[in-house]
Amino acid sequence: MALALGGYFSSASNVFTGSLVNLQTWFSARFVALQDFFTSPRDIASLRQRNAELEGEVAKLQAQVIQLQQEVGETEILAALVDFSRANPENTYRAAAVIGRDPSPFLHFVIINRGSNDGILRGMPVVTDQGLIGRIDAVIADAARVQLITDPASSVNVRLQNAETEASLVGSVTGDVTLELIPQDIDVQPGDLVLTSGLGGGYPPDLIIGQVVNVRSRDFDLFQQATVQSVVDFNRLEIVLVIVNFKPVDISPLLPTP
Amino acid sequence: MRNLIAVPVILLTVILQSAVISRVYLLSGIADLPLVMLAAWALQDEVDSAWHWAAATGLLVGFISGISWIVPVLGYIIVVVLAQVFQRRVWQAPLLAMFSITFLGTIIVSVLSLAVLRFSGVPLPLSDVFGLLTLPGVLLNMLLAIPVYAVMRDLARWVYPSPEVE
Repeated sequence: MALALGGYFSSASNVFTGSLVNLQTWFSARFVALQDFFTSPRDIASLRQRNAELEGEVAKLQAQVIQLQQEVGETEILAALVDFSRANPENTYRAAAVIGRDPSPFLHFVIINRGSNDGILRGMPVVTDQGLIGRIDAVIADAARVQLITDPASSVNVRLQNAETEASLVGSVTGDVTLELIPQDIDVQPGDLVLTSGLGGGYPPDLIIGQVVNVRSRDFDLFQQATVQSVVDFNRLEIVLVIVNFKPVDISPLLPTP
Repeated sequence: MRNLIAVPVILLTVILQSAVISRVYLLSGIADLPLVMLAAWALQDEVDSAWHWAAATGLLVGFISGISWIVPVLGYIIVVVLAQVFQRRVWQAPLLAMFSITFLGTIIVSVLSLAVLRFSGVPLPLSDVFGLLTLPGVLLNMLLAIPVYAVMRDLARWVYPSPEVE
């Protein structure tokens, strides 16, 4: 003991403890290796299970994100429509979702999910927060068909805000809208705003339709023509507003028969 | 009872046409799923009810569409007539018959639509109609022809199972 405390066994002690430590390290390493060997398959299985759970959760969250993004989009559209209705308090609106399009490519109609049960009547104008899109063409109890202003059979009486003149807006099979019957002596410029005139009683006045893009004026024509860029993207109609307090006037009995 | 399968199939087809297919444009043309479905159904050997399907589908499309109901009813019945004629003559090559009927049927329905709308006073330029509506519609219908034919063939085998050989 006295020799050990005096440090005379330090080298022997170092050799001994070093050997012990090495031996323990060897055993420990082998034990850990054996432990890994026996337990890792169970870990892989549990990890796989956990991975599958997490993947499932990620998929669920992604679906929620998509749903929420869709709801945000719808909310933005609805907020814009609410702003529009507040800015135009003279009209009463009924919101409707676009649920389909006409099966025929010749016609530009959309189908909305509001019908006579919601007070929708034939002839009522349909708008978005951006401007006019058309009017109700046919109604059943829970749905209605809207004839868009781009339909080739559609004709809307309009006025040009800057030129202070009236014209007729017609659709086409391609979905383009054209101004016709513009008098030759009127100066129409690209950028002029096109609004409904209210003439004929089919639409209320001063609904925005679009802007003149270009004008075609030829000396031998009776009238000028102009191409109009609509303010509404007709390919992305989702929610629309039906003006339910507007009663269209049927002037067909007043028209002379040929 | 077998004909009752027509109800869900026709409803689903017309709903898909109005809600989905009509939003997928090529130029200004769209595919006509009911037409392709009827052509594929009428080409199946076992099927003897294609006339009823054509009339029902035409009436339903006419109800939804702004176009006169005469166009889809007459157009789809002509498609069934074509299919039965082709079935007898090119019975060994059903896909060739399918493509031919789809092509001719699309052109016929397009011409019928054009005639009826022009008769109603709707101004439709011929060049626009054929270049921007009919030809893209033919192409889209051709793309639909093979998958729809496969689905309708399976449906026909399910509805009209062949007797087991002993």
